Amino acid sequence: MFEIRIHSRGGQGGVTAAKLIAQAAFHDGRFATAFPFYGAERRGAPVVSFVRISDEPIKVYSQVRSPDMVIVLDASVMDVIDVFAGLREGGAVLINTTEPLAIEGHPVHPVDLTGIALRVNLVVAGSPILNTPVLGALARIGLVSREAALAAIAETFDDPRNVEAAKAAYEETRP
Amino acid sequence: MNPLPSEEYVYKCTTACAGCTSSLSLRYVLKAAGPDTVLVVPACCTSVLQGVYPATAMNVTVYNIAFAAAAATASGMAAAFRRQGRPTNVICYAGDGGTVDIGIQSLSGAFERGTDFLYICYDNEAYGNTGMQRSGATPIGAVTTTTPAGKTDTKKDIDRIVAAHGLPYMATACAAYPQDLYAKVKKALSIPGPKFIHLLSPCPPGWRYPTERSVEVGRLAVKTGLWVLYERVHGELTINPVSKVAMKRPAPIEDYLRIQGRFRGISDEAKSALRAAMEQQHRRLLAEEAGSC
Amino acid sequence: MLTTATGNRAVAAAAKEARPGVVAAYPITPQTEIVEQIAAYVAEGSLEADYIPVESEHSAMAACIGASAAGARTFTATSSHGLLYMHEMLHWAAGARTPVVMANVNRALGPGWNIWAEHTDAFSQRDTGWLQVFVASIQEAYDATLMAFRIAEDERVLLPVMVNLDGFLLSHITQSLETVDVGDFIPPFSLPHAIDTTRPRGYGTLTPPETYYQFRWDMERSMRASREVIAETEAEFARRFGRVYGPTEDYRCEDADVVVVALGTLGKEAEVAVDRLRSEGVKAGSMRLRWFRPFPALDLSGREVVVIDRDYSFGFGGVIAHSIRSTTRAEPYSVIAGLGGQEVTYDDIAGFVRRREAGREDWFGVSD
Repeated sequence: MFEIRIHSRGGQGGVTAAKLIAQAAFHDGRFATAFPFYGAERRGAPVVSFVRISDEPIKVYSQVRSPDMVIVLDASVMDVIDVFAGLREGGAVLINTTEPLAIEGHPVHPVDLTGIALRVNLVVAGSPILNTPVLGALARIGLVSREAALAAIAETFDDPRNVEAAKAAYEETRP
Repeated sequence: MNPLPSEEYVYKCTTACAGCTSSLSLRYVLKAAGPDTVLVVPACCTSVLQGVYPATAMNVTVYNIAFAAAAATASGMAAAFRRQGRPTNVICYAGDGGTVDIGIQSLSGAFERGTDFLYICYDNEAYGNTGMQRSGATPIGAVTTTTPAGKTDTKKDIDRIVAAHGLPYMATACAAYPQDLYAKVKKALSIPGPKFIHLLSPCPPGWRYPTERSVEVGRLAVKTGLWVLYERVHGELTINPVSKVAMKRPAPIEDYLRIQGRFRGISDEAKSALRAAMEQQHRRLLAEEAGSC
Repeated sequence: MLTTATGNRAVAAAAKEARPGVVAAYPITPQTEIVEQIAAYVAEGSLEADYIPVESEHSAMAACIGASAAGARTFTATSSHGLLYMHEMLHWAAGARTPVVMANVNRALGPGWNIWAEHTDAFSQRDTGWLQVFVASIQEAYDATLMAFRIAEDERVLLPVMVNLDGFLLSHITQSLETVDVGDFIPPFSLPHAIDTTRPRGYGTLTPPETYYQFRWDMERSMRASREVIAETEAEFARRFGRVYGPTEDYRCEDADVVVVALGTLGKEAEVAVDRLRSEGVKAGSMRLRWFRPFPALDLSGREVVVIDRDYSFGFGGVIAHSIRSTTRAEPYSVIAGLGGQEVTYDDIAGFVRRREAGREDWFGVSD
C-alpha cells in the first residue's frame, strides 16, 4: 500500500487533489481511497489530506502517519508545520516551488505549479488552481499513468486549461 | 340563504364536549370540502373527538400526526398526491396551540415553500385537550389553569404573522356564521397554493359558559368587534358587512365578557388592553381595505 | 458502471436509482452533500421527484411520513442533532408503518460542537422501531441504501430503515464504486394501507390499552420477520450483483481465540489489526456488526471478545458491549474509542486485543 499526505492551505484544492489522485489510480486499475481531513479550519489555514493506493481493497480509515510520499502544494505551510513528519525512509517529496530544495535521504521533485497555473490562466477567484497540474507532476514521477491522470481531470473539470496545465507540469517535473 | 349540503362527514357519535364549536365547525368545513379530502390533525381536541379506535365518527380520511408536525406532513402528502395526479384536498385542522405555539415553525415552513393545502386553525384560545392551559392565543385577562389570576400578555396575532407569508388566500370565520364559513372554505379550496383560515371556536367548558350558548358567544365576539370576519384574496382584503357594522357600532364588549366565567374578575387594565388591541386591529384593517396602507 | 465517489455521493446515487417520489430534507454537516446531490438530480430532471426543502429535520420526517402514507416512495438524510431533532417523528414513522429510507451520517452530539464520527446519534434511536444497518465502505453505502428500500417496503416488514455511515470517514472519502442497473430488484412502491379517500379511514386514531399493545406487538412481529427479509434481500442482491452481505462481516473468525466486534470503519480497520496480531501468533478474528436493529444472533461461543464502542450510554456502558453481553454468553473486554472522531488506528486496535481483560471497560486515551 502506498500512502500519500498532501499539505496545502484551505481553498487551494488539496482535498480535490487527493480525490483526483484516487480517481487516476482507479483508472490505472488499482484501489484507492482519498481522505480529506476536515478540521475546524477555514479558508487559508494549513490543511492536510491523504491518499492510499493499493492493489488490494483498502481497509484502513485512520489517518496516514508514515507516508511514502509528501506533496506540498503551498511551501509557506512549511514555516508552521513539519511536513516531513513520519515520512518513510527514502520517501519522495513533491513540492510546489521555484526554489531548489534538497532533503537528505529523500528524492525531491520541485515544480512550479503556481507558475504553470498562471501561465495557462488557470485562475479561479484570483487564486491559481494547483490540484490539476499536480496530477501531471505525479504522472511524471510515475505514481499514476499520464493517461489516467488526464482522464481523472477530464471527467472532473470541463475547462480544458486543467488538462493543459497538467500536461505542462508533466513536462516540467524532474522524474 | 342557500342551505348547506345535507351530506354529513362528522357523525353524531363524536366524543366532543356538548356545545363544542370545533366539531360544529368541522361539519361545515367538510361539507364544503367533500369526500376527496384528507384531514391532517395534530394533537388537539379533534384528535379525541373522532372517537376511539376501532370506531371513528369521521367519514373522511383523517391522518393524525404529532403536535408540531401538521403542516409539514401536509407538505409531503400534497406533493405525493400531485405527483400521482390526484386532486385530493389536504386540510390541516389544528388547534391554536398546534398553530401559534408548537406548530408555528412547520406552519411557516409549509407556507413559505408554497405547499398546496388549506390550514385551518380552530382557536379556542387555550390548550383545551389538556384541560385549558394558557396558549399564545389566550387573550389578556382570561383565566386558564396556568393563568389563575388572568393572562397578563396579549393574544399573539397569528393572522399578521401568516399574512407576512403573502398567501394567496387567508380568512377568519366562526361557526356562528356557517354560510360564511362554508363559502370561505369553498373559495380557499378553489385556489392553488397555501391557504389559511382562522376560526374562532367558543368552548363551553374552557370559557365557562352554558353549553347551549356557543353560537351566541360566537355572534357576540363578532358584534363587539373582538373577532373580525374578513378574507384576503391575493392580498386584497374584504371585511364582512357584519364586522363593518360592528366596527362602526360595536356592541359593548362587556356583553361578551360577562357571560364567560374565564373573564370573571377581569381587571380594568386588562379590559382596556383588550379594547386597545381591538381598536388597533380595526384601524389597521380599515386602512388596508381602503388601500391606504 | 465503475466509477469513484464519496460516501455521500454513493448514497445519493443509490437513492436516485430507487426512484423516490418525494425527498424532504434539511442540511446538516456532514450529510449535506447527499441532499444537495438529490436536489441537483431533481433540478436537472434525472430524478422525477418532489424535493421538499423543509425548515427542520422534524418536518423532514413529518413530510416523509405524509408522502409515504399518500403512496410515494420517500427518502431523506440527516446526521447527529438533526437525527435527534427528528426523534419524535422517528417513532411516528415506525408506528405509522411508513417505510421511509433514511441515510444517517454518524456524528457526535454537542456540546461542545463536534462534527466528527460517533455512533451515539443512531443508538439513541434504537427503540424507535427503525431497522438500522451500518456500512464500512463507499460500495457498501451504495448497496445498503438500495437494499434498504426493498427491505423497508416488503409487506412482511413495512418499517423504516436507517443506513448509517461514519461522518467524514465514509461520507467524505473517495473510493471506487460500482453502480448497478437496479431493474426490478426494487419493486414499484405499494403500501397496503396507503390513503384512499374512496375508503375513508382514521390513521393514528385514539387507541385504548386494549388495542394499542396489539399494534406494538405487530411492529415487533415485523421486526422479527425482517431478519428473514434481510437475508432474502441480501441473497438476491448477491445473486444479481455479485456482492455478498450478511448480518455481520466475519474475518478470520473460524479458528479465532479472540474476536474483535465493532461497527462501521472501525470494524474494517480491525481486520488490519487482526492480520498484525496473526503475524505475532495471536489467533484473532474480526466480526463487524452490520445490522444493529434487528440485532443479529451472534455465535461467539468459546471465544474471548473485545468490543469497541464508538458510543456511550452514561451510567451503563458501551451500547454494543452490553448488547453482546445480553445476547450471548460472552463477557467482553469493552473499549470505548473513537468518540467525537477520536483517531483509532489498527495499531491501537491490536493494542486493545493484547491488553484484553474480560469484564473490564476502558476508555481509549483516558488514564486515571
